[in-house]
Amino acid sequence: MTKVYSQIAIALAAGFALVASGAGSDAAAQNRGGILKYIIPSNPPSADAHRESTFGTIHPFAQFYSVLLRVNPSNPASTTDFKCDLCVGDVPKPTDGGLKYTFKIKKGVKWHRVNVTKNTPAETAKWSKAIGGTELNAHDLVATFKKLIDPPKGVISNRKAFFSMVESVTAPDDFTLVFKLKYPSGAFIPALALPYNFVYAKKILDTDMHWYEKYVLGTGPFKFVEWQVGSHIKAERNEAYYWKGQPYLDGTEAVFAKKYSINMQAIRGGRAYIQFRGFPPKMRDDLVKALGKKLTVQESDWNCALFMTPNNKVKPFDDVRVRRALSLALDRWGGSKYLSKIAIVKTVGGIVFPGHPLAATKKELEQIAGYWPDLEKSRAEARRLLKEAGQSNLKFVFHNRGVDQPYKVVGTWMIGQWKKIGLKVKQRVQPTGPFYATLRNKKDFDVSMDFNCQSIVNPLLDVSKFQSDTIASNQYAGFQDATMDAMFDKMNRSGDPAEQRRIMRKFEKRGLDEKAYQFITLWWYRIILHRTAVKGWKTSPSHYLNLDLANIWLEEPLLSAK
Amino acid sequence: MYQYIVKRVLLMVPTLLGAAVFVFFLLRFIPGDICELRMVGEGGYVDESALATCRAGIGIDKSIFLQFVDFMWGFVIFDLGTSMWTGQPIGYEIGLRFELSLQVAIMATVASVLIAIPLGTLSAVKQDTWIDYVVRGFSIAGIAMPSFWLGILIILFLLIGTQAFLGEAWMPPIVYVPIWEDPGYNLSMLIWPALATGYRYSAVATRMTRSALLEVLREDYVRTARAKGLLEKIIINRHALKNSLLPVVTVVGIEFAFLMGGLVVTEQVFNLNGLGKLFVESVLNTDYTLTQALVMVVVAVFVLVNFLVDLLYAWLDPRIRYS
Repeated sequence: MTKVYSQIAIALAAGFALVASGAGSDAAAQNRGGILKYIIPSNPPSADAHRESTFGTIHPFAQFYSVLLRVNPSNPASTTDFKCDLCVGDVPKPTDGGLKYTFKIKKGVKWHRVNVTKNTPAETAKWSKAIGGTELNAHDLVATFKKLIDPPKGVISNRKAFFSMVESVTAPDDFTLVFKLKYPSGAFIPALALPYNFVYAKKILDTDMHWYEKYVLGTGPFKFVEWQVGSHIKAERNEAYYWKGQPYLDGTEAVFAKKYSINMQAIRGGRAYIQFRGFPPKMRDDLVKALGKKLTVQESDWNCALFMTPNNKVKPFDDVRVRRALSLALDRWGGSKYLSKIAIVKTVGGIVFPGHPLAATKKELEQIAGYWPDLEKSRAEARRLLKEAGQSNLKFVFHNRGVDQPYKVVGTWMIGQWKKIGLKVKQRVQPTGPFYATLRNKKDFDVSMDFNCQSIVNPLLDVSKFQSDTIASNQYAGFQDATMDAMFDKMNRSGDPAEQRRIMRKFEKRGLDEKAYQFITLWWYRIILHRTAVKGWKTSPSHYLNLDLANIWLEEPLLSAK
Repeated sequence: MYQYIVKRVLLMVPTLLGAAVFVFFLLRFIPGDICELRMVGEGGYVDESALATCRAGIGIDKSIFLQFVDFMWGFVIFDLGTSMWTGQPIGYEIGLRFELSLQVAIMATVASVLIAIPLGTLSAVKQDTWIDYVVRGFSIAGIAMPSFWLGILIILFLLIGTQAFLGEAWMPPIVYVPIWEDPGYNLSMLIWPALATGYRYSAVATRMTRSALLEVLREDYVRTARAKGLLEKIIINRHALKNSLLPVVTVVGIEFAFLMGGLVVTEQVFNLNGLGKLFVESVLNTDYTLTQALVMVVVAVFVLVNFLVDLLYAWLDPRIRYS
């Protein structure tokens, strides 16, 4: 057994060393050619990223589209490094006191002309013939952002809430794009860099706003070849791509497979190079053991927070002492150490993604109830609070989502933690549909698991779950707090990072400690496993980012392709 | 016979209708909102107006009664509607998967019949010998072993075995290609699930063949045939086996119908984009229209297969007449 673990450790170390030494470095000479086969543990409901919230739409379709801004593909781990994709030069600075952003749009960006085969939908062929090879311009971007910001009746934009600060978007000429804001906001640029903001053709949107739900036509690094619903999607290189030399691959082939065991077996058995969402630690260890040097491991904190949400409207959880005790009982620092071996969680953090400039430092965190370094003191305080509230023998039902990673694993751990302060807790697990029905509509729970996964790290908006439930429909704890709402508003309208940080600390302290409305348990941890033959790609804090695949190249073919 | 066929076809109508009503209302009892699942399923925030647009777009903002009327009208005019989840026509969604499920069902049935009838016959003819014990053990193991579990074992065996012998692990393909486009690739993908399900399925049929044949072998006309000095091989093949196949055909028919829509777990294990996987996804997505349509397809397959089995009885046993 010791030998096995030491082999895993060596292989892991090798993997980390590869990452550290720049497994994804752009500096090395890139091979051209090959088909990147990858697995997507989802099945996209539609191809329109403007309306969907799932990574299942980003992973297969991001390769076909351009975006205005994106995370730096050479530095995707950064939470603040945004680069122009369609705009020229660097991300522009605002003018007019932070109220106006002017973007110069690249010239020579061409709409795809797809190679029509028997598998090409007639609609795609028709529009490819009509606009394929013509130049993208600022009017396409205006049409795209209008659809995102203020969609017409009957059209869904899942990003509308991210652009509440936008007053107007216009194109004074064919290659200039101007956003005017209602108020200066630090959340605007990150919102523009959302990976969902695929740029669509104005001519198509003018004809049918729903066209992009079923069909694909973009200006991205890869051109559409075939999409078989529920099975796979194929793409080929866009020879006219505007980033010189890219993409390196001849094409891609993504397979939809929800089961993680299939994902792992596909990488092991030579059917796929990579899966971009992430794997649990046990699968990492097994695959490292099976593939050794042929596997590379890339790991990162993950912009998904796992919440513990007491129902503030139900007794005894309407009592701040009881809620506070629930958080004080959790050994987050210890849990991080042990749970990270079996679940996709690791980092202890407050309400802001750990590592972001707006996030609490360890020292700041340790001032918040539930994060104190002295666990015995925490639990003694929890018992005292329960006693004072007359709830020393409290029994309740913990509501959880019927998904193993990380929900059931962490839920079971939390029940064990609560037991240590004398609470008797039963777990009620529901599939995702009924789970949300309970959280959002029935609201008949005592304490529930909840989570918040975002793409771009945009703390000013990501913490919106701590506003009153009359404002934030995704706040399920059921509290209203005008002070929190005012702080949130002030923070979002401030252009000064230092002031934002100052408000954020007060906001965090009030939400997690003083009022103890709801809690962060642990932040998720992303483990990407890929064949070492995959080069050029670097992990990021989100499974939605850095997925246009333009910078990937392959060192050798898979067994299945040999 | 003609009258019988007409009567059976007419009987299908109330059966399908009853199933449709039952399925429609049963699904409405499942809590969950497809729009919430779709738009906030990954924990994000969404504008409430977007949720309202989504609900209106797929018609779940209408009263249950109106939804029922829409569904029944679609049923009457053979319009399955569109999937609430993907917005694609349900006929297209099912059509994409039907071919694969049908091929697996046929391959599993063929594998099962090829295993079950010889083994069941052998077991009956060699009753209470070691051969009989081995066959019975083999078939009991098949019944005891869930096909998805056997599927997992097969995949692991392939991965570990190929890594040991070829130096690199190999797993069966996970993207379906029709058999007429690339027979080798197609079979290398589907042979494994067909074997996994066919084995369990053959186990039931083997036991059924054995017991039915044993019963027939004790009939007077078999004794008479033996007394006439006919060869045992002719007695078994020409006289006994055909008559013992009635219950076997029933089992094979029901199992075939089950395979068409019931391979929910095995399809997940092998990542087959078939009807079973679609079924699971439609339920998890609370896609009412798709789930309803799939249930109706399975009900229709069951009704049709049972009807065909009844017709087959007459061919197998000329004494049976449906007049």
